[in-house]
Amino acid sequence: MVNTEVDLCGVTIDNPVIPASGTFGYGYEFAELYDINILGTFSFKGTTKEPRFGNPTPRIAECTAGMINAVGLQNPGVQMVIEEELPRLKKVFHKPVMANVSGFSVGEYAYVSELIGREEQVGWIEVNVSCPNVHGGGMSFGTDSKAAAEVTRAVKKVTDKPVIVKLSPNVTDIAAIAKACEDAGADGISLINTLLGMRIDLKTKKPVIANVMGGFSGPAVFPVALRMVYQTARAVKIPVVGMGGVSSAEDVLEMMAAGAAAVEVGAANLTDPFACKKIVEDLPRAMAKYGIKDLNELKGVR
Amino acid sequence: MNNEILTITENRALTDSVYLMRLAGSRGENRPGQFSEFRLEGLFLRRPISVCDDEGGVLSIIYKTVGRGTEQMKFLKEGDTLDALTCLGNGYDLDAAGESPLLIGGGVGVPPLYMLAKELIKKGKKVSVILGFNTRSEIFFEDEFRALGCSVTVTTADGSYGARGFVTDALPETASYFYACGPKPMLAALCEKASFPGEVSLEERMGCGFGACMGCSIMTKGGAKRVCKDGPVFKKEELIW
Ligand SMILES: Cc1cc2nc3c(=O)[nH]c(=O)nc-3n(C[C@H](O)[C@H](O)[C@H](O)COP(=O)(O)OP(=O)(O)OC[C@H]3O[C@@H](n4cnc5c(N)ncnc54)[C@H](O)[C@@H]3O)c2cc1C
Ligand SMILES: Cc1cc2nc3c(=O)[nH]c(=O)nc-3n(C[C@H](O)[C@H](O)[C@H](O)COP(=O)(O)O)c2cc1C
Ligand code: FES
Repeated sequence: MVNTEVDLCGVTIDNPVIPASGTFGYGYEFAELYDINILGTFSFKGTTKEPRFGNPTPRIAECTAGMINAVGLQNPGVQMVIEEELPRLKKVFHKPVMANVSGFSVGEYAYVSELIGREEQVGWIEVNVSCPNVHGGGMSFGTDSKAAAEVTRAVKKVTDKPVIVKLSPNVTDIAAIAKACEDAGADGISLINTLLGMRIDLKTKKPVIANVMGGFSGPAVFPVALRMVYQTARAVKIPVVGMGGVSSAEDVLEMMAAGAAAVEVGAANLTDPFACKKIVEDLPRAMAKYGIKDLNELKGVR
Repeated sequence: MNNEILTITENRALTDSVYLMRLAGSRGENRPGQFSEFRLEGLFLRRPISVCDDEGGVLSIIYKTVGRGTEQMKFLKEGDTLDALTCLGNGYDLDAAGESPLLIGGGVGVPPLYMLAKELIKKGKKVSVILGFNTRSEIFFEDEFRALGCSVTVTTADGSYGARGFVTDALPETASYFYACGPKPMLAALCEKASFPGEVSLEERMGCGFGACMGCSIMTKGGAKRVCKDGPVFKKEELIW
């Protein structure tokens, strides 16, 4: 028997596997396919104050071992999420869920976090200061230490739920930004969001993505993500949730060896809807193979 | 949605760039207008292809080679297997057909209409079909539709076969309902011109194909809809062109 339980900001989860925001909707598409209660938890689609349609299509591009997305935070708005999505989710998911929050101003982050934080189902608030797909919001907060800290402080003020700040890899000094968030009261850090990327269709000589650029993710980004998780875990004392290209139980273990307390899985869910189920089920085997009895042994292996 | 491992039993050219593939091992649960997403070697995203037929455990698809994925498909051999997500999307609304439905397909928009025609004929409907192509050498499945018992009109843009022009030039005055699939400009023109009600099947680039990523969203009169899950078939009056 191996122990897959981990602690995430004071909440024990059965295993460290967490579908990442934007790749798991509000859960029930997957609940039709398997019992999603086998997951540690999952992070739901980035939610904003107002409903958003997002960017024009094409929003998706194929890349070698990955993809670009420029969805642009399409979501029904916090009110609808509370009134419709969460009650629907409650029927199929009985664990605390991670609420992913986005905004275009410090006030909006706080507004959405306050409302969603009051919901009993919500176990953590993941504050996305790193979306590359919207102008004048998202990533601009995550590429500046002061702005990231300001958002963190504002959200911490309005909720008792653990606040995990999700950082952008599109920066030169990730440790400094993570440290600024920790100093501002963040309970955890998650990373990486997508890398800003682009493709051009040679037949039309035009960008594939209507919005020209988008967020690159998938297996190809794993080494970059792992490196940034490692740097961040050494810079802060709060838990770090690692993600970026994870698609196997071995990838989960590697992320945890780099210092992650838990691991999110994004794009892999899109190409294999059973990806997270397979990873959860495969984790004990992979742990045994590498002589790991308890995932907590791994944390912080340097 | 099902996740099925299918075995290729046939993969042959219908024209210079259009291929018919038959795959065994299907659970036979696909409805007309639904699609499958195929995993291909070395490609990250799956490729969406409409169901052309699904009977007796055999799934049939027709694809045009336009890029890396479909170019790879044409080299697959009998006995090779494909990992497919099947029964995706809503499919056509067969109850809306009325007595004399009209099916309109352009190019590789033709395949999904085959299974639809078959089902409608089973229900005793009088089915007419308009198949639009650019030129004579691109025509496929005309005989197959005739064999089902449909009344078939073929149009070619250059007039090299059948009626010259676009499918919209061959549109009858009346029909109980229309079902269409094809390039966007064709569908837009059709919805504008047809005086009778109908529905069309749309395409968008897809991330997942089953409703999770919001990669394929369009704005409709009823709000934002996902082409993969809420569609790919939409009623004419829902669409904003
Ligand atoms: C619901 C649906 C049903 C379809 N049914 C059929 C069919 O029955 N027969 C057929 O020949 N084609 C069909 N298509 C189009 C087909 O999916 C594309 O031609 C195919 O994905 C191209 O892949 P590729 O790797 O060869 O081309 P590439 O250009 O290399 O593809 C790159 C990326 O763009 C996407 N892409 C390219 N063209 C399209 C397109 N027209 N629509 C959506 N995504 C695209 C690919 O999926 C891939 O992610 C359908 C598309 C959709 C959305
Ligand atoms: C289609 C898509 C939509 C996404 N939407 C969000 C979002 O709404 N909020 C967010 O914080 N991250 C979003 N992300 C980023 C992922 O949560 C994750 O950080 C990133 O994709 C890296 O993980 P991966 O390589 O496993 O995909 C999205 C990613 C994808 C592919
Ligand atoms: S392709 Fe993912 S929601 Fe439609």
